[in-house]
Amino acid sequence: MTTNATEATQNLPSSHFYVREHHPEQGTLLGFWLYLMSDCLLFAGLFATYAVLSNSYAGGPSGADIFDLPLVALNTSFLLLSSITYGFAMLQMQLKRVNGTLLWLAVTGLLGAAFIGLELYEFAHLLSEGYGPQRSAFLTAFFALVGTHGLHVSFGIIWLIVLMVQVKRFGLNAENGRRLMCLSMFWHFLDVVWIGVFTFVYLMGVL
Amino acid sequence: MQDKTDLTSLIFGRLSLESIPYHEPILVVTFAIAALAGLGLLGFITYKQFWGTLWHDWITSIDHKKIGIMYIILAFVMLLRGFSDALMMRAQQAMAFAGSEGFLPPEHYDQLFTVHGVIMIFFVAMPMIVGIMNFVVPLQLGTRDVAFPFLNNFSFWMTAAGAGLTMVSLFVGEFGKTGWLAFPPLSGIQGSPGVGVDYYIWSLQIAGVGTLLSGINFMVTIIKNRAPGMTLMKMPIFTWTALCTNILIVAAFPILTVVLAMLSMDRMLDTHFFTNDMGGNMMMYVNLIWIWGHPEVYILILPAFGVFSEVVATFSGKRLFGYTSMVYATIVITVLSYLVWLHHFFTMGAGASVNAFFGITTMIISIPTGAKLFNWLFTMYRGRIRFELPMMWTVSFMVTFTIGGMTGVLLAVPPADFVLHNSLFLVAHFHNVIIGGVLFGMFAAINYWFPKAFGYKLDDYWGKWSFWLWTIGFYAAFMPLYVLGLMGVTRRMNHFDDSSLQIWFVIAAIGALMILGGIVASIIQFVVSYRRRDELRDHTGDIWDGRTLEWSTSSPPPQYNFAFTPVVYDNDSWTDMKKHGYERPRDGFLPIHMPKNTAAGFVLAMLSAACGFGLVWHMWPLVGVSFVALIGGFIIHTFNYNRDYHIPAEDVTRIENERSQQLDRYA
Amino acid sequence: MSEHNAQPPSGDSHDHYQGHHGEETHPGHSTLKGYMTGFVLSVILTAIPFWLVMANVIESAGLTALIILAFAAAQIFVHMIYFLHMSPKAEGGWNLLALIFTLILVFIALAGSVWVMYNLNINMMPGVMSEPVLEMQSQ
Repeated sequence: MTTNATEATQNLPSSHFYVREHHPEQGTLLGFWLYLMSDCLLFAGLFATYAVLSNSYAGGPSGADIFDLPLVALNTSFLLLSSITYGFAMLQMQLKRVNGTLLWLAVTGLLGAAFIGLELYEFAHLLSEGYGPQRSAFLTAFFALVGTHGLHVSFGIIWLIVLMVQVKRFGLNAENGRRLMCLSMFWHFLDVVWIGVFTFVYLMGVL
Repeated sequence: MQDKTDLTSLIFGRLSLESIPYHEPILVVTFAIAALAGLGLLGFITYKQFWGTLWHDWITSIDHKKIGIMYIILAFVMLLRGFSDALMMRAQQAMAFAGSEGFLPPEHYDQLFTVHGVIMIFFVAMPMIVGIMNFVVPLQLGTRDVAFPFLNNFSFWMTAAGAGLTMVSLFVGEFGKTGWLAFPPLSGIQGSPGVGVDYYIWSLQIAGVGTLLSGINFMVTIIKNRAPGMTLMKMPIFTWTALCTNILIVAAFPILTVVLAMLSMDRMLDTHFFTNDMGGNMMMYVNLIWIWGHPEVYILILPAFGVFSEVVATFSGKRLFGYTSMVYATIVITVLSYLVWLHHFFTMGAGASVNAFFGITTMIISIPTGAKLFNWLFTMYRGRIRFELPMMWTVSFMVTFTIGGMTGVLLAVPPADFVLHNSLFLVAHFHNVIIGGVLFGMFAAINYWFPKAFGYKLDDYWGKWSFWLWTIGFYAAFMPLYVLGLMGVTRRMNHFDDSSLQIWFVIAAIGALMILGGIVASIIQFVVSYRRRDELRDHTGDIWDGRTLEWSTSSPPPQYNFAFTPVVYDNDSWTDMKKHGYERPRDGFLPIHMPKNTAAGFVLAMLSAACGFGLVWHMWPLVGVSFVALIGGFIIHTFNYNRDYHIPAEDVTRIENERSQQLDRYA
Repeated sequence: MSEHNAQPPSGDSHDHYQGHHGEETHPGHSTLKGYMTGFVLSVILTAIPFWLVMANVIESAGLTALIILAFAAAQIFVHMIYFLHMSPKAEGGWNLLALIFTLILVFIALAGSVWVMYNLNINMMPGVMSEPVLEMQSQ
């Protein structure tokens, strides 16, 4: 051993330097939050690109020409409602009620699907008019930003369905509880991004 | 007949026999050698009946120590490839004078410098630092593994898959010819209609996912899994730099993901992010990619700084000078690295105000690095210095990196940069800091922690040969490039018409050959060390009289790292424990809760690689099937709730007793 | 110097994959009241910007833009507090720290990109020549 025993102020009992059993705290929720922060930066890149390209119409339509604000308002309400229904699902989860949780998750999923459906309708309409992402840089950036958000919501819906199956099969155990909380964060985060989208893209696009 | 051709093009996309470059002699010979070596390796593994061990103990392992070693093996293999590219470039540039065009036409040379850069940054430097962090950080924290062990395995295989995809491009198709950052419009569908840029994009996207998840993994590990008593300011300094590195990874890589996705959309979907027409703006690509690119170089260097801090303290026999200021300097560098990116394109016309702002921030960021250097020097002052290999690499780093850093500050001055941008001066600068900083740091790390990982020291004699050949070779290879750059010589050219330049290129080529010698010497070092391992054995686990917790374990550590979790009271906690007469426990061991190995990470990564290959070649059925299998496989994996087990107390007791006996013998 | 007086901290209770009794995984327990408050506030903060734009309430487009951006920021804040249970106590303060750091970087990426690209466009894009550039060229 290479200790300088003569310099030791005291020889402490060895147990001073260890614990027999130690379990580190669960890191899943922090880890998922950090993933959301990275996703935030991904959207920042898309928002920045949109900001730079938003006036490059290339002779094509501008935001004012193509944005259907009543439809966007309807979509926004679907997403906001789905946030609150997910909240209800979490309340049911806290009360350990499997069926209640599944019910509100299903409602959330349906609202999410309605959101995606409306968005696909909007995109299809634009494409049919020839205003697809290939028409101009503005439209490219629009479709990329809104489309990426929509893709995230779609993945969220798939995740929601999988979780519903898992809760049904395995109950509200600790692992499923963690997963539901992660999906909760994901879902609310997407609503936060949507606030940015409808403000910065749709509302300001029309001004 | 028509149906058959349609079916073929549906399945194979734009892949055909013509995609295989069988009329390029260099590639054919390379393939023959690679195939022979590969078959030899497979035969050797079969002969030694190693397949079972390989699968159960390595490929499916979620042990951070094994994963760390695999990262470094990957990095070394890719170093050989990336360095071969360098040798070819040096040879070409040294030869191509006085009427000779050399042996590499531009379209071949362009692929070389592109793939050289991509491999060295993404598949050598990144895996090396991630591998070192993987091995060391949990041990330094006094914990058993990272926060998300399965994710760790998946991250490694995604990186390996990305590397594999790049390697495949050598023999099937081609790589990009755009430089390592692939600026549009050259990298757009019209500038590069072939598969090269697509290989580039999908290799990096796949590897990028692995890196991002690794970043999250290590941040949570360091925040949550520290030993009791280890506050943030009592962490080893390497762990601090690892934390900041991983913060940078999580914050920067999403930008790379999004900008490469946009480029791929331009190429595949005819969108107009970066095109010349319809409102696209190619400078937005340059802007975004450097918002990623600058933090990336700090991701590379911070772990190296951490290694040097540990090595200097250990081999000076002294506590690191100015621990607190080191921590703050690291944090300042982390934040400031987001405020300098425009210095990579001063010349693109943003104007004086913008250039001045970024020039000033760039100069400011050199200050905390300087502070670190002084702290290392003050640590050495009045220390009892031992010039073991890690310390030699460190001293070489201090001199070499300082020169590279100074040329960086020179480039930070916009008017100077207008002369030197994209000249060989720039090339010399970044090789100076990356080789002198990152690579020397990794060599120091490998020599320092190798005994911990494998139970025996690396051979000193061959290590010294490697060191001197690398150091002198580096200067010979890159100092001429500074001279050439100052004379106005441009980068990325396969030949020049001015014959007076040739002497400098010849010196550089000699330097490259010396570095080759250095690489060969380090390979010999590994082989000789293995053969002499009994003489070089590390019996105590603390071969350097280390200061941090990893040195309290055996060499190599048991699977579970620590039978009992250490409790920390001070910095340099192992030194603290030794000073207070710590004695290891001899009994009372409990069963240890561990995560199980899994094949899921490997399978999912291979599916990603298949998907990437399909995307490159427009093989849409392959893309569809592999993507669905990927999502499906991942969902199936989440249905597995049974991911852990316990090591029985008897096994723990046996392992610990063996160690106690060995320590008694060699104390 | 190190303090060796304190007792080593006791290990946490069992944390198996299956369960961890009574672990408060994050403070900021969800309540019905919390969700409803957040919801009502969000509806208001959404309706007003839509109304301002759709009904063309304010003359100045610039002023409207600033107002709706402020409302967006406010609603994001509401979401963070009432839905995401953001607080300085969540995960020992790391959630908030990560969020602040991310927001700073988002701001740098957005503002920096816009500033840089604006300057590049003004100086370098054909047909957008501003006076100083033309002046320089004629010298």
